[in-house]
Formats: sequence, C-alpha cells, structure tokens
Amino acid sequence: MRLSNHPILTFRRGEKISFFFNGQPLEAYLGETIAASLHAAGIYHLSDSAEKHRARGFFCAIGQCSSCMMLVNGRPNVKTCTTLVKPGMVVESQQGKGQLPLWNNGK
Amino acid sequence: MEQREIVVIGGGPAGLSAALQAAHSGARVTIIEGEKRLGGQLIKQTHMFFGSHKQHAGTRGIDIATLLENELRALPNVEIILGATVLGYYYEDGALTIEDHEAFRLMIPKRLIVASGASEKFLAFPNNDLPGVYGAGAVQTLMNVYGVKPAQRVLMIGAGNIGLIVSYQLLQAGVEVAAVLEAAPQISGYLVHASKILRLGVPILTRHSIKEALGKHTVEGAIIHRLDDRWQPVPHSEQQITCDTICLAVGLSPLCDLLWQAGCAMQYIAELGGYVALRDEGMQTSVPGIYVAGDAAGVEEASAAMVEGSLAGLSAALSLGYNSPADEELTAELRQQLDDLRAGPGGAKIRSGLEKLHPTADNPKEVT
Repeated sequence: MRLSNHPILTFRRGEKISFFFNGQPLEAYLGETIAASLHAAGIYHLSDSAEKHRARGFFCAIGQCSSCMMLVNGRPNVKTCTTLVKPGMVVESQQGKGQLPLWNNGK
Repeated sequence: MEQREIVVIGGGPAGLSAALQAAHSGARVTIIEGEKRLGGQLIKQTHMFFGSHKQHAGTRGIDIATLLENELRALPNVEIILGATVLGYYYEDGALTIEDHEAFRLMIPKRLIVASGASEKFLAFPNNDLPGVYGAGAVQTLMNVYGVKPAQRVLMIGAGNIGLIVSYQLLQAGVEVAAVLEAAPQISGYLVHASKILRLGVPILTRHSIKEALGKHTVEGAIIHRLDDRWQPVPHSEQQITCDTICLAVGLSPLCDLLWQAGCAMQYIAELGGYVALRDEGMQTSVPGIYVAGDAAGVEEASAAMVEGSLAGLSAALSLGYNSPADEELTAELRQQLDDLRAGPGGAKIRSGLEKLHPTADNPKEVT
C-alpha cells in the first residue's frame, strides 16, 4: 500500500510501469526500488535462505545487509533494496546461492 | 588510473559538508555516493533539527539535504559521482577501486575523506530473521522516501532518538505503534521526542525487551518480557503483542571497512558504536592524508556529522596548500560548534567515548 496523504511529505512518483514477481505482473512507479514496489504490493517474503530455506525479507533497505537478494532478469544476488525497478523486469525469489553469470573466457 | 585532488566517500551530511568546505577552500573535490541521490540519511528525516542555526536548526533534515546539494552543485570545482560503490582502498599505491554502473574504475586521490556512515545493529532473539523484522532506517526509507506504508502495526525496539523519532513518523504515516521497548531503566532519547508519542497513547516500556518473534513466513507478533536490574528476564513476565512488523532501533555501528583496509589505527569504543579510527583535531587518521567524518568516525547526531565534515574538508584542503587568512578562525569556530553540540546531558555518552580515544601517534591530542 502506498501513502497518499502525509502531514509533511508530498510524494512525486514516476511513471506507472509493470514488472513481474515470480511470473505475476505487478504495478510499480519509476524511481522505486524493487523491494519498495514489492512491499507496496504486500510482498514481504522475497527469497529463501540458501541452507535452512527460511523466509527472507529485506532488513536495512540501504544495501548493507544482503537480506533482500533476489534473482533479477536471471542474475542472482541482486540487492533489491537499492536496485531500481524497470518496466518488464523479471524478479524472482532466489533459491540457493545462485550462479554467477558465465564469462566468455577469451572465446 | 584517474588522479584526483580530494575524494570524499559518502554523500550524507558529513560527506556533503566535507566536500563543500574543501571546495570553498579552493580544492578540486570528487564526491562518491552509492545511492542515486545525495543526502544519505537526511533524506528520510522529516523532523526539524535542534542545535544552532549553523547546523540548520529548525529545518527538516530532508530540506537540509536539498540545501547542501544545491550549494554543492553550484560549485565548478566539484565532481559528483552517484550510484557508484567504493570497493576497496590499496595503501600500497593509495588507489581506490570503484564499481560505477558495472564499470570498474581506479582512482588515486591526494587526500581521502571517509564519510561512509554507519549500519544498523542487530539483536539476537529467536525468529529474528523473519521478514517483517526491519531496521528503523529501513522503515523510514520505505515510508519517507518511497511513500510506501511500511506496516499496519509495529513493535519498536529501542527508545533512543531513532526509535522515538521513527515511532512518531510511523504514526504520521497512519501506522499503529503497539509499544516501544527499552531494555535500559530509562528512555535514552530526548524527552521531547518521547512526549510526542506518549501523548498519542503509545506506551514506552522501559526495562523490557523482546523474547522472540512469532510467525511462519512473516512476522505475526512477538513475545516480550520484563528485565530485572541485572538485565535478566523476569520469570513469568511474558506478554504477547500482535504486530506485523518488529522495528529494531538498537543503535548503529560505524562503517569503517575502508579505514581498516587503509591501515588506520582503530580502537573499540562502545559509546561511539564500535571500532573507530584514531584521529587528530582536524579529523586526520593515523594514516597521513586520510580523514574521517560523521558516523564513520563514531555514531552521533547529523548536526555533529556536518561540523566534523567541515573540519575534515578544511584540514584536507589546508594540507594541500589551499589556505586563507580566515582558516584559523573558522577552525576554532567549528571546534566550538562541536563542543556546544556535545555539551549537556545529551552529549555525555559521546564525550565519554571521545575521552577514551587514544591520541594518534603523529598528532597527540591537544588537551583543552
């Protein structure tokens, strides 16, 4: 849920866009981080921990704690609390530690 | 390899003030900020600042960020790099490695000012990893930066200034605050902040702590308990609280990884939030040419961070030969401002922490 009336702040939101969370289309506004857009949509459980598979959400929202990491456009371990949402972005809950993208070793 | 005169790491209150002062002194300044905008934690502060007009008292934190940014952007000798992360400092050649929009940069500054801020402390209790256990700063970011309602009903842990201010901000955003818990026997933040939330009916429970968080995939509640005067749980004092968010406001630790890497002499001082770098009165660390300011130098209010930043910026510029006849007076004035901010009972913790700080080898601490 987004705030509309605030006694002090006025929120200037960017253009309304849509992105995907685990295949489900969601609305967001440009300028929001992925984690903020998900939170506004009521999604707090972002990924599962690699070993004990416990639910993971964000904690610090400033890119320090690594609790909010998800798979974004196929790339693992993206800090969704500081990465801005983009139109059509494919955001998925991450299971396991994730694989680094393969580099073309001189090929 | 890019050469720079003064690099400031961090675009919060300390870094902005450091860059401004150094640039006003005539130095060429590069400020590097990890976020996409300047201001650091100021951009979440909807309350008006205390202190004196020199640190913008009476102005809301968010407006101070804009003031400082506009002033900085008007200066021709300032380079602003946003959305870039400083990855490391290599003392062998004084190089900074930087990730800037998926490109790798190497930069060698003549002087380095580290104003990297602080990170939230965590608290140990069962289920503390459930989604819905958030740092107080995270909740502020959601509601004050992105305009997202962070929760329906919050249990706040910690009655320091951050816990009290964020509780008030939650109420402003239409969020219920079930209670504020404080393990100490008294409220540690300013009473003016405590009164605001008490008047709105939020209980502040001193000598109380969280025993465990409840919930399966997200927070659904918490068990709290009373503590005795030896900080031990009082048997059978448990109460169940219904809430969807547990907000931790249990202090901050200086982010000083780069200072460790640079080989700066460090000391653990609980009152300052953890390990901090030794420094002289001009905020220069034990490594010549490396300065520190703001929460990275010891967790304190933003007002003090701004003054420390100005001091660091001034000394760094001076050491490069950018001097003016007014410098001595300005230095004395900035030191006086710091003393004033740290005077009184509110500054007792900081004063006691700073007194424990060893003098740096090259720059013995002056006895005043």
